[in-house]
Amino acid sequence: MLLVAPQIVITLVFFIWPASQALYQSVLLEDPFGLSRKLVWLDNFTGLFSDPIYLESFGRTIVFSVATTSLSLGIALLLAAMADRIIKGTTAYRTLVIWPYAVAPAVAGVLWFFMFNPSIGVLAYCLKAVGYDWNHYLDGTDAMVLIILAASWKQVSYNFLFFLAGLQAIPRSLIEAAAIDGAGPLKRFRTIVFPLLSPTTFFLLVVNIVYAFFDTFGIVHATTTGGPAQATTILVYKVFSDGFIGLDLGGSAAQSVVLMVVVIGLTVVQFRYIERKVAY
Amino acid sequence: MAGLEFIGVRKTYPNGFRAIHGVDTSVADGAFIVIVGPSGCGKSTLLRMVAGLETVTEGEIRIGGRPVNALEPADRNIAMVFQNYALYPHMSVFDNMAYGLRNRRTPRDEIERRVADASRILQLDGMLDRRPSQLSGGQRQRVAMGRAIVREPEVFLFDEPLSNLDAKLRVQMRLEIKRLQRDLGTTSLYVTHDQVEAMTLADRLIVMNAGVAEQIGSPLDVYAEPATVFVAGFIGSPAMNFLAGTPVPDGPGVVLDGSAQALPFPLPSSAPRGKVTVGIRPEHLEPVSRDAATLELAVDLVEALGADSLVHGQLAGDGQGPAVTVRVDGALRVAAGETLPLALAPERVHFFDAGNGRRLV
Ligand SMILES: Nc1ncnc2c1ncn2[C@@H]1O[C@H](COP(=O)(O)OP(=O)(O)O)[C@@H](O)[C@H]1O
Ligand SMILES: [Mg+2]
Repeated sequence: MLLVAPQIVITLVFFIWPASQALYQSVLLEDPFGLSRKLVWLDNFTGLFSDPIYLESFGRTIVFSVATTSLSLGIALLLAAMADRIIKGTTAYRTLVIWPYAVAPAVAGVLWFFMFNPSIGVLAYCLKAVGYDWNHYLDGTDAMVLIILAASWKQVSYNFLFFLAGLQAIPRSLIEAAAIDGAGPLKRFRTIVFPLLSPTTFFLLVVNIVYAFFDTFGIVHATTTGGPAQATTILVYKVFSDGFIGLDLGGSAAQSVVLMVVVIGLTVVQFRYIERKVAY
Repeated sequence: MAGLEFIGVRKTYPNGFRAIHGVDTSVADGAFIVIVGPSGCGKSTLLRMVAGLETVTEGEIRIGGRPVNALEPADRNIAMVFQNYALYPHMSVFDNMAYGLRNRRTPRDEIERRVADASRILQLDGMLDRRPSQLSGGQRQRVAMGRAIVREPEVFLFDEPLSNLDAKLRVQMRLEIKRLQRDLGTTSLYVTHDQVEAMTLADRLIVMNAGVAEQIGSPLDVYAEPATVFVAGFIGSPAMNFLAGTPVPDGPGVVLDGSAQALPFPLPSSAPRGKVTVGIRPEHLEPVSRDAATLELAVDLVEALGADSLVHGQLAGDGQGPAVTVRVDGALRVAAGETLPLALAPERVHFFDAGNGRRLV
């Protein structure tokens, strides 16, 4: 009991307490100065889902998470497959690839922000050279691409490590047997490696969606602050901007609760799947 | 169908390790050839070079007269059975067997016919829908074999396919492999560290030691006339007894070190007069009456196996004579502490050069 006590305290302070606060606030209507509050039950939620701006943000979040997840998983898988072929046990390459993960989201955002800065950014300059006028201050699509790139870049290293471990757990003889059976490298990957990697892929899929939904506030805040014209206001950023800038505490809390439900849902799906699918 | 040729084949791994020091031999079409040797001697390396899973550093490998050094594994028309079976865990038994055929665009009805034939031969009929994880070790072994035979390749390669099975199943599968190979008539290259497997399966035996093919020949020839001390000690169970000896300077016999008795068998006169190693197989020493004995064994320990017994002891001499094992009929009563009079036929004694270990003809 004493041994798990710190764990319980941390969970209480950093998870249960804020979560219950959010739940509590989400059913209240409160004025910005906290002078009066009124119980409104589910009005905050019905308000949310009838608000076109919120629904638009929901759509944007889905675009953002699908793009970020597929980009970071795709690149990580490609790198891991190459690493698995080339190096066998060399750690230099692995160490290099893990670096981005150690970078804080805000810093990652700023890094990409500078590279794409329309006036001084090296990438924006290159794009201009090939005839594309990059400007994420004015163009909503450019801004979205920017946060997708920054968010995926940071996640690639994490995914890479898991994919590499997954690849190295596949017995070499299976690949050799498939080679003798007449399957070329791409076919081997598609019919043998990828299916055997599917537990890892599924796990990472959930982790990355959760990341894209919740852990990307810093990136948005440091690069686009949700703009231009709300084009990059994804849900997690909207919670902040409605709550702290718009001072709609009830609505913001209701948004947090919606996000929480999404995470819990994803986690449940994941556990269900893992229970069912671990052994073939 | 095709024969198999090794021409000066050498292998050096990228880390500089020289695993194969030159193998030259050819295998007739349809033969069952077994590479046997202790763990780490390079058997798998040689097999994997035939499969195309390792590059050939020097020399040439030919299948059916066609050099294959530069060919991909898929283009060599071989099939391989791996030690750990290497079945695709996410595919059914049927799909495991069909995978290689589908990759080669075999028509569907042809695939079904071949898989059905193979599963009948291997008694896998009711199991085609199962996953490998739902099969016993022996059944997985059969699926691995099925995957090889449906391809109808020119050469079968086996890398210690029975070493993960229990002793009883191993004997059974050994027979099945032998029968299957005889019926299909496909040239087979089989790697094992088990000399019993090697002796029973091989038409032709390659005994390997530390990257060198020490002897190549039919199993019975290798048993009867081992070319080196290593081969003599490796082939045959229980292992051959080795005794250090010195030729009598101008007589025909050999005096065993630590023994007063001179073996009365002449060393060929052509042989050099240096130190020799005398090899005597345990089954060639015969218990006889005391008058007919040429050797005496001070019995130390008896292992009764039923059909026969292994008698361990020292040859009588002044003090501690050389240790020897004798295989006798199980009905013979002999106990520790007794002396056992022994005789052996002169032509059954092997002489090796004590320096380089080679057989003295
Ligand atoms: N990829 C490799 N790189 C370096 N040395 C290797 C490699 N594979 C095997 N060896 C070495 O080559 C020798 C022969 O290996 P192997 O052919 O697997 O032996 P066997 O199958 O007879 O047990 C061993 O000493 C082993 O350590
Ligand atoms: Mg081996």
